[in-house]
Amino acid sequence: MTAVDQLHSELDHPLTTREVADLSTSPLGPNGTGQSYRGLNGVPLSLEPLNRKDFTSDQEVRWCPGCGDYAVLAAFQGFMPELGIKRENTVIVSGIGCSSRFPYYVDTYGMHSIHGRATAIATGVATAREDVAVFVITGDGDALSIGGNHLIHVLRRNVNLTILLFNNRIYGLTKGQYSPTSEIGKITKSTPMGSLDNPFNPVSLALGAEATFVARTIDSDRKHLTGVLRAAAAHRGSSLVEIYQNCPIFNDGAFDAMKDRTTSADAIIPLNHGDPIRFGVDGHLGVVRDPRTGTFSVVEVADVGEDALVVHDAHLADPSFAFGLSRLTDAGVLHRAPIGIFRDVEAPAYDDLARDQVALAASLGNDDDALQTMINGADTWTVR
Amino acid sequence: MKHVNTLDRVVIRFAGDSGDGMQLTGDRFTSDSAVYGNDISTLPNFPAEIRAPAGTLPGVSSFQLHFANYDIMTPGDRPDVLVAMNPAALKANIADLPRGGVIIADSADFTKRNLAKVGYTSDPLTDGSLEDYQVHALDLTGMTIEAVKQFGLTRKDASRAKNMFALGLLSWLYHRPTDGTLNFLSAKFASKPEIRDANITAFKAGHAFGETTEVFAVTYEVAPAPMPAGKYRQISGNLALAYGLITASRKAGLQLFLGAYPITPASDVLHELSKHKRFGVTTFQAEDEIAGVGAALGASFAGHLGVTTTSGPGVVLKSETIGLAVATELPLIVCDIQRAGPSTGMPTKTEQADLLQVMFGRNGEAPVPVLAAQSPADCFPTALEAVQLAIKYRTPVVILSDGYIANGAEPWLIPDIDSIPAIDPQFASATNGTDKVGEPLFLPYLRDPETLARPWAIPGTAGLQHRIGGIEKAKDTGAVSYDPANHEEMVRTRQAKINGIVQDIPDLAVDDPSDSEGRHARVLVLGWGSTYGPIIAAARRVRKTGRLIAYTHLRHLNPFPANLGDILRSYDRVIVPEMNTGQLAMLLRAKYLVDVHSYSRVRGQPISLSELAHDLEAEIDQLEGTNP
Repeated sequence: MTAVDQLHSELDHPLTTREVADLSTSPLGPNGTGQSYRGLNGVPLSLEPLNRKDFTSDQEVRWCPGCGDYAVLAAFQGFMPELGIKRENTVIVSGIGCSSRFPYYVDTYGMHSIHGRATAIATGVATAREDVAVFVITGDGDALSIGGNHLIHVLRRNVNLTILLFNNRIYGLTKGQYSPTSEIGKITKSTPMGSLDNPFNPVSLALGAEATFVARTIDSDRKHLTGVLRAAAAHRGSSLVEIYQNCPIFNDGAFDAMKDRTTSADAIIPLNHGDPIRFGVDGHLGVVRDPRTGTFSVVEVADVGEDALVVHDAHLADPSFAFGLSRLTDAGVLHRAPIGIFRDVEAPAYDDLARDQVALAASLGNDDDALQTMINGADTWTVR
Repeated sequence: MKHVNTLDRVVIRFAGDSGDGMQLTGDRFTSDSAVYGNDISTLPNFPAEIRAPAGTLPGVSSFQLHFANYDIMTPGDRPDVLVAMNPAALKANIADLPRGGVIIADSADFTKRNLAKVGYTSDPLTDGSLEDYQVHALDLTGMTIEAVKQFGLTRKDASRAKNMFALGLLSWLYHRPTDGTLNFLSAKFASKPEIRDANITAFKAGHAFGETTEVFAVTYEVAPAPMPAGKYRQISGNLALAYGLITASRKAGLQLFLGAYPITPASDVLHELSKHKRFGVTTFQAEDEIAGVGAALGASFAGHLGVTTTSGPGVVLKSETIGLAVATELPLIVCDIQRAGPSTGMPTKTEQADLLQVMFGRNGEAPVPVLAAQSPADCFPTALEAVQLAIKYRTPVVILSDGYIANGAEPWLIPDIDSIPAIDPQFASATNGTDKVGEPLFLPYLRDPETLARPWAIPGTAGLQHRIGGIEKAKDTGAVSYDPANHEEMVRTRQAKINGIVQDIPDLAVDDPSDSEGRHARVLVLGWGSTYGPIIAAARRVRKTGRLIAYTHLRHLNPFPANLGDILRSYDRVIVPEMNTGQLAMLLRAKYLVDVHSYSRVRGQPISLSELAHDLEAEIDQLEGTNP
């Protein structure tokens, strides 16, 4: 019996609940969603229904007035009870940056770590504990600049965790330098003559690393944000959710084209699995794919006819389709971008495989005699 | 019947090209000697390049073995016997061989071309330049090919068994048992019968050649060394470290999580741990050093024993995360298998120059306990103690080893696992405070009054949800705090917690020869880590001359044992040999205001025992005012 098992047996409620692995059939689970929450398999369910307040810590929230982070926090706290899992079996790990203060405000286990390393630390948590749901809170500087290496590796490994990447296209906590998602020519404190470097498209980057779940949403669209988070939590493996998040102090209005009611219809390219990609006022715009190059482009539906539009398929094994769609995102000042789930495919999760190896090895016998035999080795001699 | 000479100790150095299998040859001879009952000490020495150009000086790989009929402390400064498989091996090692030493060379490799490669204008085996040595030029390659021709191997494959021919010859010359090597070859090449049979045949042929040839008039015997009763094996430092970590995690009832990135000379710990998943060991080969320690810390947060293994360049990259472990006060084991620096330095060569780095190489006031292993087998108890301290005090602990003890081997009295005490992780399972209205509350930074350790509450424990992080925390509650008085209290409390570990550290014992006739040792030699062997051996040699010298050795570098200051002040001169430019000496001077003398060697090699003994004698004589 390990010390963790020992602790579990001493507590009122056993923590290991392989029996309740299928949340979709639980009375407390997300009934009616039509989704199987494989991503949460092994995480014990709460014995009582939880509400938003249960996921609210006693800490005063200290973001700037009007910060998009408030909306994401509210959506998260509203959505977590719906998962039905015990809050003590939830771990939130963040890096450094404004959004990375997030764990302090949620009454679960949490670690506000160091710059860029949240995905690495979360990999350890997720691999160690099957019975814990792991969320990573990070930003464009944290995940894509200093932590870029860890991000691509957690995605390629497909560790079972959900990453919320708050992208405000600026460094907020250090007071307004350009970030790796800022458009070229950005005038900031550190780039008075304009920034020179080409930005990352986080969705393209994640798909390049063959991430198995990649989505984009907007801080101010509570319904869409919640829907995407739900699907991300349901996914077993690494889920990357890019959240367009407004910084009212240093980059205000960066996503206005998508938020303003007068422009949003033509700015948001909605991705819904199984639907033709059609948008704009009265649906006058659509997405087509060049059969020769595979490149996607936006066209007037009237010019090509409805049948020519691309039907979104998030479940294709090859990430090329999703990658092609991600290229419809403006690299400069944002006027238009796809929103929704780009890719959602099943693949073995690293942490499951790692635990399977340990379990398989343990089945060969691991008592103290086996330990003594290992230490003795093959060549011993006895001195009398 | 040949004459048998009895010796009390022998040092053999096997040297050849990187591809000649010298490490394996040395390892087998060591194993057979250990099983025979000799005390042993080894020094593998190989280039960082995997296959440097064949026959060149940079490609020379060697393995030195010291075996004796008494307890020896070092692999020996200079070999008595040099086995040289090619001209490069001879040229690279001849300077270390004392006049009169034995050279056994593979004459087949001393071709004009090979000689020219390393700058010999004539063949040293025949031109008389080695007349001060006992040279045995033998066609090892030719005899090997002849012996194994029945197996139909290519000439190249056949010649690769020449190391086993040499081993067979040496085994005969020194009366070594042969069963171990024969069993080893059978098992190692079980899936390749021709290679297996060729190696076994070459080994036996080398042995038989010794018996029949007239070349060697004398054979040598080194009797077993007296050792405490019990069951022994030979063990390297990295292996002992891996076994210690696994055993400690089992004794604590914790799963072990290793996050590591491959780096010389630490990779073997990763390799070894990855073989033992059955004992609840998860090994994570990370994308870099930072992710390795990050994942280990995450696993510790989740209730596993987080471990990371690396060398100096990796510690640099892990420093920020180690600081996070200091701030979050979570158990974490950081193993630094030191190598020669700075920067990439000399990856396969040894050094002790990371002491100040692990002591101070973090931003802010970030104290961590530091333990150093003194010999290969000592890595096992050092790992056990490090884990025990990390868990008890909720702190990262650094284990210092180095390339010398990582790869070197010695006999090990195998411990009885049942006799090792359990370690209680004492996970928090209940709230430990109340809020303003009397509701139960969990205070993640409420400290144990004895140890100052905070509770370790792991995810899954109901009611103990809490947030930790690198940002300064209010005492008790763990809330984010920028309060000046709180910061000062937290800084001082974290330091006091580490200082308080001294209560778990035994007083340092000094081996002092001062006698009842009033003769007092005035010189103390004090070391840490892998200088243990050379220091003890040198002190013994000094005592044999009739001089008095005291010696002692530190395992605990932070905190120091409580009585260290008194010890330092009770000698007229304290000499601190280190494979760096005086790092421990600096710490001792700073803390105790004692004028310790640094004895510094940074050659990427263990400190020379004879040189140290000579220099210690000179120090004593100077202090005593005598002229030797």
